[in-house]
Amino acid sequence: MTPTNRRNLMFRAMALGAVTTLPACKMTEADNSSLTDQFKHAMLAWDDKVQEALFDPHTLAPTFRPDQITNPPRFNAFYDISQAPVVDPATYTLALGGQIQNKTPWSVSALNALPQHSQITRLICVEGWRVIGQWSGVRLSDFLRHVGADLTCKYVSFKCADGYYSSIDMPSALHPQTILALNFLNAPLTPPFGAPVRLRIPVKLGFKNPKSLVHLAVTNVYPGGYWEDQGYDWYSGS
Amino acid sequence: MLAKTEKPRVIHPWPVRLTHWLNAVAIIMMIGSGWQIYDASPLFGFTFPGLITIGGWLGGAIAWHLAFMWLLVINGLLYFGYSGISGHFAKFFPLSPASVWADLRAAFRMDLKHETGVYNAVQKLLYLGVMFAGVVIVISGLGIWKPVQLWFFTDLCGGYFIARYVHFFAMAAIAIFVAIHLALVLLVPKVLPPMITGGRISS
Ligand code: HEM
Repeated sequence: MTPTNRRNLMFRAMALGAVTTLPACKMTEADNSSLTDQFKHAMLAWDDKVQEALFDPHTLAPTFRPDQITNPPRFNAFYDISQAPVVDPATYTLALGGQIQNKTPWSVSALNALPQHSQITRLICVEGWRVIGQWSGVRLSDFLRHVGADLTCKYVSFKCADGYYSSIDMPSALHPQTILALNFLNAPLTPPFGAPVRLRIPVKLGFKNPKSLVHLAVTNVYPGGYWEDQGYDWYSGS
Repeated sequence: MLAKTEKPRVIHPWPVRLTHWLNAVAIIMMIGSGWQIYDASPLFGFTFPGLITIGGWLGGAIAWHLAFMWLLVINGLLYFGYSGISGHFAKFFPLSPASVWADLRAAFRMDLKHETGVYNAVQKLLYLGVMFAGVVIVISGLGIWKPVQLWFFTDLCGGYFIARYVHFFAMAAIAIFVAIHLALVLLVPKVLPPMITGGRISS
């Protein structure tokens, strides 16, 4: 990350205006960052509010035909494909935390026993490319209700086997197309593509679809995310 | 509106000047950050050198892009609102292919006169063209920003994949306009001060 410091007078003036009229940004490093950074963070916080207002729980992401599926899928992470974590599905568990009544960890077979949903949707990367895939698994809304999560909480957060982490807002978590995906093209997920369980959320950009989940929590404390903490837009809805 | 014919009239009313220069800032920021965004996943076989992009990295560029889109859009709406109500928009009409052709030939013969405060047919076409590109770039931009929630903009541009190209070519059209626009100001530098001060013309 190589942030540029354009300390133009006009930006300083605009940054001051934006910072004083908009809610403080969520970034923890904002205190010691430059005015241009504070301006950008304040505007991103505003953009997040606009995206939240634009979100309609009944608007579905477009679905596609089987022949439109991108196969093999495209790998993308903050490391090379050879370094992708390999999780043993037999011993795997998904741990739960935060405002959830029943925090018993979940195995792959237990997740497979819940009602399954399949979708052929498009994953759009923040970089601008997109892939189409068929994912199936458990609706996150079903899962959250099943474990007695407090659905009035603001955030659902995720931690991954590779140290990646991310979080989403509750309305997007309850969207019918948001699933804990177990399968790709009707076969269990493979290690570089999120095995054994990943979040698949077509109403968000690709980096908000964390892979190889090991921990899920429901909380009111802003959890941030790997890219979000570096300056990407937190909401990043589609 | 009744024109006060006795008093000297401003060439460029202040709302036009203000929105013009705010738009210049917005366009520079949007093109610079857009080029940086493009570099993350190029559509063609080239990338923009880091020296002429804004943001330093993809996340920084997106933050600038999503910040200055507000200036671009709000300022654009103010301009269109003012132009429509004040009658300023009438300056771009009438416009016919024949008049464009005639003025273009005159320009290449170097005997197209610059009449202060009046746009020739080529200018009218260029200005209306860049305004159209501006509308296209906003619609396609909203279409690639929110392909689920604002799907009608995405569909209008032929889907997400094509909308990226539409957005890019609209940028190219605006960049070409800016190049011509600056070249013409260099050729006829006396038009620059009135765009800042307003200028006066006795009518
Ligand atoms: C309301 C106005 C606009 C919106 C909402 C908007 C939005 C966007 C979005 C969402 C992207 C893609 C980001 C990504 O791939 O992650 C983008 C890319 C880009 N924008 Fe804009 N934009 C707007 C106006 C402009 C303007 C005025 C220009 C330049 C004159 C511009 C130039 C570009 C360029 C060159 C790209 C990269 C094209 C690509 O590789 O896809 N945009 N814009």
